Amino acid sequence: MTVISPARARAVRGRRDVPAATHAARRREGLTALWMAGPAVALLILFIVVPVILAFVLAFTNARLISPRPATFVGLHNFANLFSDPVFWASVRNTFYFAVVVVPIQAGLALVLALLVNAKVRGTNFFRTVYFVPVVTSMVVVSLLWRFLYQKDGLLNALISVVHPGYAPIDWLNDPRTAMPAIIVMSIWQAVGFHMIIWLSGLQTIPAELYEAGDLDGAVGWKRFRYITWPSLLATRTFILITITIAALSLFTQISVMTQGGPLDSTTTVVYMAVRTGYQQLATGYASAISLVFFVLVLIVSGVQRFLTREKD
Amino acid sequence: MTTVVENPPRAGRSARRRRTSWLVQTGRILLALLFAGPLLFLFVSSLKPDLQIFADLRSWRAFVPLGHVSFANYSAVFARVPFARFLMNSIGISLVTVALGLLVNSLAAFALARLQWRGKQLVLTGIIATLILPFETLALPLVWWVNKLPWLTMNGFHLQLTTGWLDTYQVQIIPFVANAFSVYLFYQYFTSIPKELDEAARMDGAGWFRIYRNVVMPLSGPAIATVAILTFLPAWNSYLWPLMVVQSEELRPVMLGIQYFFQLNVSWGQVMAYASMITLPVLALFLAFQKAFIGSIASSGVKG
Amino acid sequence: MSRHTVRRLAAASLAVTVVATLAACSSGSSSSPQSSGAGGGTISLWTHNGGNDAELAADQKIVDDFNSSQSQYTVKLQSFPQASYNDAVVAAASAKKLPCIVDIDSPNVPNWAWAGYIKPLGLPDSEWTGQLASTVGKVNGKVYSFGHYDVALAFYTRKSILQSVGARVPTVDQPWTKSELADVLAKLKATGKYPYALDLGTGGTGEWITYAYSPFLQSAGGDLIDRSTYKKADGVLNGAQAIDWAGWMQGLVKDGYMSAKSGADPTADFANGKSAILYSGSWADATVTKAFGDDALVIPPVDLGQGPKIGGGSWQWAISAQCDNTAGAQAYLKFSHQTKYVAALAKATGTIPATDAAAATMPEYAAGGASEIFRTFAQKYAVVRPVTPAYPFITSVYQKATQDILSGGDPKTILDKAVSDIDNDIKQNGDYAF
Repeated sequence: MTVISPARARAVRGRRDVPAATHAARRREGLTALWMAGPAVALLILFIVVPVILAFVLAFTNARLISPRPATFVGLHNFANLFSDPVFWASVRNTFYFAVVVVPIQAGLALVLALLVNAKVRGTNFFRTVYFVPVVTSMVVVSLLWRFLYQKDGLLNALISVVHPGYAPIDWLNDPRTAMPAIIVMSIWQAVGFHMIIWLSGLQTIPAELYEAGDLDGAVGWKRFRYITWPSLLATRTFILITITIAALSLFTQISVMTQGGPLDSTTTVVYMAVRTGYQQLATGYASAISLVFFVLVLIVSGVQRFLTREKD
Repeated sequence: MTTVVENPPRAGRSARRRRTSWLVQTGRILLALLFAGPLLFLFVSSLKPDLQIFADLRSWRAFVPLGHVSFANYSAVFARVPFARFLMNSIGISLVTVALGLLVNSLAAFALARLQWRGKQLVLTGIIATLILPFETLALPLVWWVNKLPWLTMNGFHLQLTTGWLDTYQVQIIPFVANAFSVYLFYQYFTSIPKELDEAARMDGAGWFRIYRNVVMPLSGPAIATVAILTFLPAWNSYLWPLMVVQSEELRPVMLGIQYFFQLNVSWGQVMAYASMITLPVLALFLAFQKAFIGSIASSGVKG
Repeated sequence: MSRHTVRRLAAASLAVTVVATLAACSSGSSSSPQSSGAGGGTISLWTHNGGNDAELAADQKIVDDFNSSQSQYTVKLQSFPQASYNDAVVAAASAKKLPCIVDIDSPNVPNWAWAGYIKPLGLPDSEWTGQLASTVGKVNGKVYSFGHYDVALAFYTRKSILQSVGARVPTVDQPWTKSELADVLAKLKATGKYPYALDLGTGGTGEWITYAYSPFLQSAGGDLIDRSTYKKADGVLNGAQAIDWAGWMQGLVKDGYMSAKSGADPTADFANGKSAILYSGSWADATVTKAFGDDALVIPPVDLGQGPKIGGGSWQWAISAQCDNTAGAQAYLKFSHQTKYVAALAKATGTIPATDAAAATMPEYAAGGASEIFRTFAQKYAVVRPVTPAYPFITSVYQKATQDILSGGDPKTILDKAVSDIDNDIKQNGDYAF
C-alpha cells in the first residue's frame, strides 16, 4: 500500500518494543475508532442494510405493491418462476455482455484520458473539464440526446454517410444486433470522465522522485509508463475495476429511457427487469427475488475479481 | 518540475518532446470534440423552436445556432416551473449532503486506515459490500422504512417528536450522507500518506483526532476534491428518490422539474433549455473545485 | 495548519445547522396531505398537470371558486408533472399518505378500487346523465371516478397528399379498410417523397402503447382480455385475429411504410413533412392546423375488420379511502362537475368535453365545428381499456409484446407468452376478486 515500507516496518517494530502501555493505548484506539467510524457505519446500517434485509425477506413472499390481500410466504416459488423465465436469462446474458465489454474499454480509455490530461502540455484544465462534462449531465438528459443522435435519420448516420458514401443508414436502437453496442458506446461516453478523475488522483499520488529517478535511468515514454506509472497505480486500478464492474452490472437508466429492454430482449438487464416487475407490474415479491439474485451475482463476480487481482500481487 | 540535470540538452530529446506534445494536443482536441459534441447540440437546440430542432436534426445545422434562435425557451421554462426554487433546493440538498459526507466518511476512513481495532477488516468489507446493490432495488423498502423513522421538529418554541420523514428535506439528505464509495476513496488515499507524519505529531502530544485534523486531512486535498465532486453529482442528479418521497412543490429538486415538460405535447426546446440550465451550475462548481484540486497538488510537497 | 480543515469544519457545522433549520421549517410548513375532521376543514387534492399551465390554471380556478363560494371547506391543490405522477402517487399510497381527492388515469381505477385505495364517490346516478361513457369509472356497479374530458385518436394527413396519390377521403361512415390503407401506403411510398408514409408514433413508450395500439387489436377482432369473465386472455390475445393484428403491424414495418421506432416527436416530424399520415391524439390538432391550415385533414383510423376503434378514458377524479372528510370531497367534486367548468377544462386542455351539456356550449364541438369530429370519434369508436384490477399488469405485458412484435419477433410465440403471463398473474391474485 504505501511506497515506503522499510521505514514503516521500522516504526512498527519500534512500537512493539513498548510494553504494557500499549493495552491502554489500544483500548483508547478502539474507542476513538468507535466514534470516528460510528456515524458512517450507523448511517449505512440504517439506510442500506435495513432496506436490504427488508427487500430480501420480501423475496420469499408474494407481496404486491398494491393489494388488499396480505403477503404470504411462498418459499422459493419466486425463484422457480424466475429461473424458468427466458427474459431473465436474456437479462443476465446482456448484463454480462455489457460488463465484459465496458469494463476494460472504459477503464482503459479513462486511463488514456487521464494520461493525456496529466501531460505537461498547455490546456490541461480545459480538456479535463471538457472530458468531464458528460459525467455532469444527468443520464436522463444524455439518453434523450443520444436517442436523437441514434435515429435512423439522425446525426450519427449523417456523419457516417459523409465519410462513407453509399452507406445504408442503420436504425441503431431498433436492430437487435446494434442496440446493445449503441448503448455501450453511449454509456462509455457518459461515464469515462468519472473514472478519468479517479485515475488522475491516483496518478497524482506517484511521487515525482520516482519519475526523476526513472528519467536518469533513461526510462521515457512507454518504458516509463510500464515500469513506473503502472505499478504505482495498483491500488487505483483495483478500485476502478471494482467500481466500473458494479456500475456496469447495474445498468438501468439508459435502458429504461431509450429501449425499454428491447428490441426483442436484446438490451434488458437484471436491474431493469427488477424495476419493471416491481414498479410497473407491482409485483414487489418477485422484484425482490430478482434483487436478491442480482446481489448474489455481483458478490460472486466481485469475489472472482478480487481473487484474480490478488494473485498477481 | 524539471530536474536540474548536468547533461546538456540533446537536440533529439527536445524534438521528440515537441512531437509528443503535438500528438498529445491533437488527440486531446479530437477527443474534446467527441465529448463536447452532444452537449453543444443540447445548448444550441435550446435556442431553437421545436419544429426547427427536428428539421435540423440530420445535418450539421444541429450544432449551429442558425435560424430562429432566441431565448424564448428559457423564459418559457421560468414561466412554467418554479425553477429558482428547484435550483435552491438542489443546491442546498447537494451541498449539505457533500459537506456532511466529507466529514462522516473521512472520519470513518481514517479510523480504518490508521487505527488498529478489532473487527476493522470486517467493517471495511461490510462497507464495500454496500456498494453492490443499486439504489433502484432498495428504493421501495426504504420508502416504507423512512416513513417509520422519528424526527424532532420545532413547533413554536418546543421540540416535537414526529414520525415519518416523507416530504421533507432531511429525507433527501441523510440517507445519502454515508457512502461506501467516499469511504473507500479516502481510505486508499490515507494509506498512501506516510505514517512517519503521524509519529511526528504524536511526539508533539497529538491525539488521533488532532492527527486527523492537522496532519492527514490537510494533505488530502485531491481526495477531498475528488470525493466532493463525485458525491455532489449523484446528489444533484437524483431523480427516483425525490420522486417517491417528495410531494410538496416547494421541496422538489431540480431533476423532478424536467418531467414538467413531458406533457402530451412535449416541448423539446424547453426540455433542452431546462437540461442546459441544470447542467451549467454543476459544471461551474466543477471548475471551482478544479482550482482546489490543482492548488493542493502544487502546495503539497510532502509526497515521499 | 490549514485554512483547509478549518474551512471544512466550519462548512460542516454550518451544514448541520442548515439541515436542522430546514428540517424544522419544512415539517412545519410543508403540506402534509392531511384532511381534518368532519364538519369542515382542509381537503387536499393532487393532480397530474404540473407543467401544463392551461390545465393547471383551469383546475386552480375551480378550486378557488369553490373555496370562495362557501366557508365550510377549503381545498388545497398540489400539482405533479404527468410523466412521474403515477409513480409518485403509488409511493404515497404504499406509505398510506394519499390526499383526499386524487386524479387517476382511468384504466388504473379498477386496480385502485380493488386495492382499497379509493372508495365509491357516493354521488347520485343522475349526476352522470349526458356523460361520455368512457369518462365514468364504474367498477362492480359502483361509480368510483369521473372525468371532465376525454381524448380521441385519429389519423392526420393533408388533403393535398391524398389528392396527389388519388386516394379516397375516408369518412366516419366509410373508413378505409385494411386493403385500402395498404394501397394508399404503397402509392405514397412510390412517390419517394416521404421517409416513411405512415407514422403511428411507435417511438412512444409506456401507456401510450396500450392506449394507441390495443384499439387496432380490437378493430381486428382480438382484445387484451376476455371481457365476459376478465379471468383469462387465452384465445383473445393470442387467437387468430390477434395474430392477424400482429402480422399487420409487423407488415407495416417490413414493407417499409413505417418505422419500428418513430422519432421523439412524430407530430413535429409530420409537420416537417417527414411522414404523410400521422396517428396521434386530438392534442396534436393545434400543431397540425398551425402547420398546414386548411390543408390539414382529420380522418378515421383504419378499419381492420370490426370497425375503427380508438382508445377511451382519460384522467378521472376519485376520493381516496383514507379521506376522512368525504362530505367535503363530494361537495367539491359535485361543484367542479358544473357544465361551465367541464367546458373550461376541455377548452384549456384542447380535449373533448365529457358532457353533452358542455359540448353544447362550445362552438368548436357543435355541428360543423372544427373539433366536432373528435367528439364523434369518441362517441362511435371509443373502447375503454379493460375494466379490471389486472390492468397494470396487462398493460405492462402488452407494451413489451407490442414492441417485440414491431421489432420483428414471431407473433405467435410473443402473444402466447403474453397470455400465459397475464393468466398466471390473474390466478396468483385470486382472480382479482373483490
